[in-house]
Parts: sequence; C-alpha cells; structure tokens
Amino acid sequence: MRHLAFSALLSGALSVLAVAVAAFEIENHIVVGPEDAPRRLQVISTADADLFAPLLQVFADRQGDLRIDYTVASSTELMRAVTGGAPFDVALSSAMDLQTKLANDGHTRPHRSAATALVPARARWRDHLFAFSQEPAALVISPAAFQGLEVPRTRLDLIRLLRDHEDRFRGRVGTYDVAQSGLGYLFATQDVRASESYWRLTEVMGSLETRLYCCSGDMIEDVSTGRIALAYNVLGSYAAARTDLGDRIEIVEFQDYTTLMLRTAAILRDARNPDAAAAFVDHLIRAAWGAGEMEEYPFPRLPEQGEAVSAALRPIRLGPGLLVHLDALKRQGFLSEWRDAMRR
Amino acid sequence: MSGALAVSGSIRRRLIVQLLLGAAVLAAALVLLVTNLARTVAQETQDSILMASVTSILDTMTVRDGAVSVDLPYAALSMLGNVSEDRVFYRILADGAVLTGYGDLPPPGEGVGRDGGYQTTRYRDAEIRMASARRLLSVAGTPVRVTVSVAQTRDGQARRLAEIRRLGGAIGLGFFALAALLAVVTAQSGLRPLRNLAGAVSRRGPKDLRPVRGPVPQEMAPLVGSLNRFIERLTYSLSRSEDFIAEAAHRVRTPLSTVRTQAEIALRRVERPENRAALKEMIRAIDESSRAAGQLLDHAMVTFRTDHLEREAVDLCGLARDLADRLGPVAELRDIRIALSCDGQPVVQGDAVLIENALRNVLDNAIKYSPRDCAIDIEVGQGRDGAAIRVRDQAGGFPEDELDRMPMRFARGSNAAETVGSGLGLTIAREVLEAHGGRLELSNEGEGACVTLHFPPC
Repeated sequence: MRHLAFSALLSGALSVLAVAVAAFEIENHIVVGPEDAPRRLQVISTADADLFAPLLQVFADRQGDLRIDYTVASSTELMRAVTGGAPFDVALSSAMDLQTKLANDGHTRPHRSAATALVPARARWRDHLFAFSQEPAALVISPAAFQGLEVPRTRLDLIRLLRDHEDRFRGRVGTYDVAQSGLGYLFATQDVRASESYWRLTEVMGSLETRLYCCSGDMIEDVSTGRIALAYNVLGSYAAARTDLGDRIEIVEFQDYTTLMLRTAAILRDARNPDAAAAFVDHLIRAAWGAGEMEEYPFPRLPEQGEAVSAALRPIRLGPGLLVHLDALKRQGFLSEWRDAMRR
Repeated sequence: MSGALAVSGSIRRRLIVQLLLGAAVLAAALVLLVTNLARTVAQETQDSILMASVTSILDTMTVRDGAVSVDLPYAALSMLGNVSEDRVFYRILADGAVLTGYGDLPPPGEGVGRDGGYQTTRYRDAEIRMASARRLLSVAGTPVRVTVSVAQTRDGQARRLAEIRRLGGAIGLGFFALAALLAVVTAQSGLRPLRNLAGAVSRRGPKDLRPVRGPVPQEMAPLVGSLNRFIERLTYSLSRSEDFIAEAAHRVRTPLSTVRTQAEIALRRVERPENRAALKEMIRAIDESSRAAGQLLDHAMVTFRTDHLEREAVDLCGLARDLADRLGPVAELRDIRIALSCDGQPVVQGDAVLIENALRNVLDNAIKYSPRDCAIDIEVGQGRDGAAIRVRDQAGGFPEDELDRMPMRFARGSNAAETVGSGLGLTIAREVLEAHGGRLELSNEGEGACVTLHFPPC
C-alpha cells in the first residue's frame, strides 16, 4: 500500500501530461505495480480509484513485471478519449450505452477465453463487452430526516411522500443532472422505459427545487451530512462501500423495480498491449463471475439468476437498443422534456 | 481339369461403385440445395427485420414546429439485437441532409421507393446489409422527402450459415453412408441367385449330372438353360460311351472263353516244352483279357447301379461269409486260407449286389497278390462311426508312395507287373463305397496290405 501512496503523489504530474496529449479531462490517475516495469497497461475507467486499487494490486502482483496506469474520467470524457485516439488498452465504464456505442462503432476488439465463457449471455455483447459487476440504482436516505415517516418501498410511495410533505423536503432532494452525467442519463432513460411513474416523480422533484449532482459520491456525502434528505438513482454499490458513514445513510432498493447497471470492460482496438489487456479483462471477469469470492472485489456479488432471486431486479440489457438514447435528436428531445419536468 | 479362369472385373464391385457414385452426386446436390436454401432464408430473415426497423422509425416521423422530427423508437434498434449480436447503423435523411444517425453510411441505392430496397455494401471495414425506405412529408406545404436506412453487419448471418453448412455437410455424409450401406446390401442380395447357383453346381458329386431344377431369376434363365442343355448332351455322350464299353467287353468275353478252352485242350496235347510254354503264356494273356473284360462289365454295372442306388438292409456278415465260402476253393488252390471273424451283426442300408461286388474285387486282389501258403483275414465289425469290413493279406503291401493313387481307374502298383489285373478292382470298390456315402481306406500293416471298407453310420 505504501507503493500505492507513492504512485498517487506522481499522479498530478502525469495527469497534466495526459491532458496535454489528448483533449479530455481526467479526474484522477494512479499507478499500480513496479514503476519501471517493462510492460505497461493503460486503463481508463469511470470507477473511483480508491474503490478499485486493491483489485488492480492483485493483478499487478500476479503479473509481476507489469505497471498499471489507472486513469479515472467521467463516462463522456472516457468516450471522447477513446474516440480521440488516446493510447489506452482497456476501457471500464458504467455507461453501458456509451460502451455499446464504442463496440458498435468499431473502437473495440473481440476477446474470447476460458474466462469469458463464465459471463452469462445477457452480460456480454459480441465478445467485445464483458460485464464485471451488477450495481443497483438505489434510493439513499438520511434516517435522521425521515424521523416519524415511513420509508418508501416503491416509486408511488415516494411520490406520495414527497407530495404530502412538500415543506419538509423542499430543496432537500437530490438526483443526477442527466445532462451532465452519462450514468444519470442511462438510469433516467431506463426509468422511462420501465414505468410511467418516472415523469410524475420528475415533476414532483422539479416542484421541490431538487438539487442536481454530477456524481453518486457527492450525493452520498450530502445525504450523510444531512444537507439533503434523500437522493434518487444513486449507485447502490458506492453507497454500500461507504461503511465509514455508519447509520447516517440508508440504502433503499425499490420493490416495483430496481434498475441494475452492468459495469463493462472492453479491450480497445488500438491497444498497445492487447495480451496484458486480455489477461486483465479475464481477471475482472473471474473476480465477478468466477467461483469463490475475492476479498478485493469492490462490488456486491449478486447471486446468479437475479430474476429468480428478486423479480424486481431489472438488469439493463446490452445491445443495440442502448444506442437509441444516444441518438442526438432523441437525446435532445429527452433532455428538453426532462428540463420541462424539472422546471429548469 | 479346371485351369485358371480369366477373371476380368467383378459385377459386385461395378454395381457398388456405380451405386456409390450416384449416391455421392445426390448427396452433393442435397448439401448444395440445403446451403442455398439456408442462405436465401437467412438473407430474407435479416432483410425483413431490417425493414421492420426502418418502418418503425418512419412511423414516428412527424412534422413539429415546421421541421421534420423523429422520435427514434427503442424497439427499432433493440429488435435487431434480438436476432444476432451484429453491429447496427442507421441514418435518417431529410431532402438529402442528414437529420441524425451515421452520416457517412453509403447512400441508399437508386430505386428505393415507398416499398423500400436492400443493398449489400461495405462500411467501416465490415460487410453490411442495408435496408432503406422513403416517405414524403409535407412541411408548411412543401413536400420533404425523408429516407431512413438501417444497416447491420453480417457476422451473425455468416455464423448461422456456417452452422447450417456444417449441419448440411453432416446430413450429406449421413445420407451417403446410408446409401453406401444400401448399395453393398443391394449388390450382395442382387447377386445371391448367381452365388447360389455356383454353390449348388460346385457342391455336386463327380457323377451328378442332373439338370439344374431350382427356380432362377429371369435374367439367369438363358444361362441355366444353356447349362442344362450342355449337361444333357454330356450325360448322353457319357452313357453312350459306357454302353459301348460294356457291349464291347461282353462281346469280347464269350469268344475269349472259347479260345481259352481250346488253348487248354491244345496244352494237353502238345509235348514239346517250348510249345507248352507258349500255350501257357497264351492262356495267361487270355485270362488277363477276360478278367479285364469282366471288370469293365462290373464297372459299367456299378456305374449304372450307383446312379440309381437302391437301398435295402444288407447283413455284412452274411454277405462276407457267402463270399468267403465261394472264393474259398479258388484260394485253396494256392494254399491260401481265408479267415472270417464277425463282431456283432452289422447291418447297412445299401445295394447288396454292389457291396458284394466291391468286397469281391478287394478279396480277388488279396488272393491274386498273396504268395502261396498264407492267410487272408476278413474282419467285419461295427465301429462308433459306422460298420466296416477290413481285409488284411500278407502280400507285401502297397508301395507307400502310391497309396493315394491306387483306387484311381487303371492304376496299378509298380510291384504288380507280374500279376494278371486291369487296375479297375479298387476303383470299383471305391465307387461303390462313395455311392453309399462311405469311403475306402488303404494302408500297410505288417507284411501285407490292409483295405478297409467304411460304411457310414445308419
């Protein structure tokens, strides 16, 4: 771990360099493994470095002579970096639609191995995209703010609750700014497909001067401090990982339906080290789908056949359907409708 | 007699090869047909889904606020994902300007009308199939032509086709294997009558000259007819020559006995030793001729009777005793004793005249070749494998290296030159026994020969 800390010191200088080379913004950059290793693996990801570092460390230790450069960027910046030709080997993203577009438009390369066979058919696409986590879109609430109120179990419960206690929740509701966050947009468009109640909920939230966020982490932080009472469509895995917050937050998975986002990995077409990239993707797949749990795996492992466990879980399906909401006209239309509902 | 036949080719092989060639051609045609059909069906399936996608997009196109607007339906693209994991591209044009989608898709082919059209082209290093359709929308009174194209790569289709081709190949191979099996079976069963006929003819005994009577297929009737006519001619000519020999022998024997009588009378009259010697030589020659004539007659009789064998119970002991009594005086002339021993009462089914003839020839031989003052043993017994008569003499035996040749017609031992004989005696005995299903066994025992007449068990 000392090595990791040392790498983090370097990240500032490297990130400046990276920005200079390709026109995209990065949020963080860490190096795992020997600094001067002969082989290098360039990973671009939307997942927080703190969350992911232990899993990277396991892989670097196993490889021995491999240095992993782990760059964190937002999903839209990731898209821009890859299409702009930035020299990355592997792209990890929670934005399934953008990952699908990368694969559809030919920016990725196929990969097939013993490990890829472990991935269920619904969790991979064209041997190009492989899901390595399933994370719910959850409601995160502050128990303190809900004193004397029943915790909502469905979206209709939530709508009713917000309408009945407008004064109590005004300005204390948070959700993604879908225009800014790729993941927020994905969750919102899936909500629209799943249920009519989404637009009603959005209208109610709009009437309550809802705060809009770029990221799940900020929403969780604000709920824990009591700045907002609840946050809608937060990445449940991030909230679950914040064990340090104790009972200051509570995670609610709706019973009418809970959207499951699949975090996917893709090996990029122009990968400079495709062998290491393939080994890395296999490593992620084994951590997610292989037998035996890995302590360093940062995401909750859902029992396979999620449908059987809970009918409410709705994994987002990989496939060309995800391209529809990336259509410029479609997105424009959706955002204008959303803004109307949010009263922005 | 049966020299090497000149064999050229095999009907069976030719039949099998021709049937296999036919099966191979059919199997290849089947595989070709299946693959072509599969290609057409796969193409049509992909086309119809692409066109369904195009239509669903066209249906959402409206004019809003004086501009063409489209609300891309989720199903329009997701339905393509249901069929295969192929890459999907789309483009919507309004009067030639790109409204949305992949602007660099190849232009839709000319002649794309309301009903739409398809084309196969290349895009982004992959082969794609593209469906396009057009529609006119009225924007503020001006008609605007919108064109929707949806394209898909063909990896999934190629994979499915490869699968079907593999399946088709397997079916073709299976078909061919089955046909090959049938071809072999057909060739075998088709040629069975021929094999049966060959077997029936080659299983026949050497004297069996009956015509072929079993049913034969139409195609073989001319061959079998010719064979039967050939057999008939052969039988006729054989019987004619045997008749001729019997007739000749008969005609020769009667005058010979007259000549012999005259010669004996003359022998008593002449005194001079050289004349007596000449006459004695003459009598010996006459004896030989008359014996040969007798045996030729015997042989003809045996041949006739074995062809029409009559079976009745024959008491071997009684038969042997009668014969020993009858030949006793002849043997005693040369001080030869005939001893008969009977073990039980062996009875066989057969022609008594023939069996007696066979035994007489064997005994004749024994007496003829035995030196003076010795014994001939006849043992009649019932063994486990049938009855047998064993005749043992003390005449010095057969030459060891000629044992197999002895019962052949006109064969005589190399040590028999001094003795009167024709070489037919053992032949007659062998033919009689073979006609009864038995066999004649020759061996040497002690200082003499041993001839055993084996009869089959009843």
